[in-house]
Amino acid sequence: MALDPSTINRFGDELYAALVDGRTIPNLRDRAPGMSIVDAYQVQARMLVHRLAAGETVVGKKIGVTSRAVQQAIGVFEPDFGILTSAMEYADGAEVPWETLIQPKAEAEIAFVLKRDLVGPGVTAADVLAATDHVRACFEIVDSRIDGWDIRIQDTVADNASCGVYVLGADKVDPRDVDLALAGMVAMRNGEVVVTGAGAAVQGSPLNAVAWLANTLGRLGTLLLAGETILSGALGPMFAIEPGDRLTMKVGGIGACSIAFSRESVHA
Amino acid sequence: MLEPGAAALIAADVDHAQTHAHTMPKISDAHPGMTIDDGYDVQDALLGRWEARGRQLIGYKAGLTSRAKMAQMGVDVPSFGMLMRDTCEAEGGTLSTEGLIHPRVEAEIAFVTSADLAGPNVSPEEILAATDYVIPAIEIIDSRFEKFKFDLASVVADNGSSARFVIGGRARRAVGLDLDAVGVVLEINGEPMAFASSGAVLGHPVNVTQLLVAWLHSRGRILPAGSVVLTGAVTEAFPIKPGDAVCARFQDMGSINVRIA
Repeated sequence: MALDPSTINRFGDELYAALVDGRTIPNLRDRAPGMSIVDAYQVQARMLVHRLAAGETVVGKKIGVTSRAVQQAIGVFEPDFGILTSAMEYADGAEVPWETLIQPKAEAEIAFVLKRDLVGPGVTAADVLAATDHVRACFEIVDSRIDGWDIRIQDTVADNASCGVYVLGADKVDPRDVDLALAGMVAMRNGEVVVTGAGAAVQGSPLNAVAWLANTLGRLGTLLLAGETILSGALGPMFAIEPGDRLTMKVGGIGACSIAFSRESVHA
Repeated sequence: MLEPGAAALIAADVDHAQTHAHTMPKISDAHPGMTIDDGYDVQDALLGRWEARGRQLIGYKAGLTSRAKMAQMGVDVPSFGMLMRDTCEAEGGTLSTEGLIHPRVEAEIAFVTSADLAGPNVSPEEILAATDYVIPAIEIIDSRFEKFKFDLASVVADNGSSARFVIGGRARRAVGLDLDAVGVVLEINGEPMAFASSGAVLGHPVNVTQLLVAWLHSRGRILPAGSVVLTGAVTEAFPIKPGDAVCARFQDMGSINVRIA
């Protein structure tokens, strides 16, 4: 049974308050056992209403749960998506104040920037290639407003697909100039290799993930717009980060990017 | 430290286990004081036995090529093993596991050299200049110890679990190639098993070759022109069985296909 609108609004309000206060709340699925994924996207939309009211603007989408390993871990067979807002983007190499994050982890990805709208359903990988202006290396710093990352699909979808902040690399590459399924990724944490991966980890190819998103949005009556940035999904395992860390990564044939985190403030 | 003469006796045991596809107790069980250098003395004795039978050394393989694996084993350098000419198999063909105990497959980058490399401090630039080409490789490893359970000295004495290897796909000139983030996807029977990149081995495979040359120098040897160097698995190792189709795909370097029999 679908959730009633008041519960949806309450969950969205709670998640936004948790985001602003930098704290977590108990998972939603145990508090609303009938909660569906459709309900969860409505909670996400409610959370977004607050962000837009605070002056943020929509700049794109992120795709999550794109690897088989993560899908199995949270019990689903398709990806999910969240909304990127103007407040989430940091410049390449920037230092993110640690206290603005709650329980962050890092993922290395390929970002797509569109030059044309993508209107699903019926979008293929070829349509994604045609609509893409360029691809770039990207760190997504995922974060959860749910206690202890205790998430299933409903919880993460409601919580804007566990998106935190992101940084895009400076190099922009035409997607026709790189083998996206075999694009290799190596990520370093404080100068040591921490994870590696490749494009095929994302739905066989990051192109497929973007096509999935366009088609999923199309069924919901919305679309991907020219100029939007799409984070297509983690190329390798998500990894833990600590205050003071500096992360760098490189995607073969595309480019590098980096992000750092401040040390924890001495006054609590 | 091994007692004098022990390395030759251990080499005879390892040679027998490798030739007759049987497992053996960890060597350190009978020789608790055995060091990693002792393990390499066993390799030298193995090489003597093999060359006496007409087998030819054509290069080296590296193991423990990630900081995480080194930390697990409590060392700060990779381990090395010998590649024999008769363990090199053709791509696009059938690879027999006859004579192997519990084979596993892993994917890596191979270097083939065109000039001698020697000394304690050869630079990455010198190595790349002395590299004829780099090329995709898969290695079939097989441990002569039960369930791949071993300590470092024992696995070194077992020639680094070396069994078979294949090089293939597209050879590339090393100079000017972005070798730190070459994507690698390993598939078995069409199923992707691992997604990785060449940076998994010490950030760049040339760093492994550099450590190999330094290690050879410490043993009074050089890496001769024409050597094949397997720089270490970028993926986990996966069990294989007869009937399996293995495909390793490398970014801008083609792929290797073999059918396991």
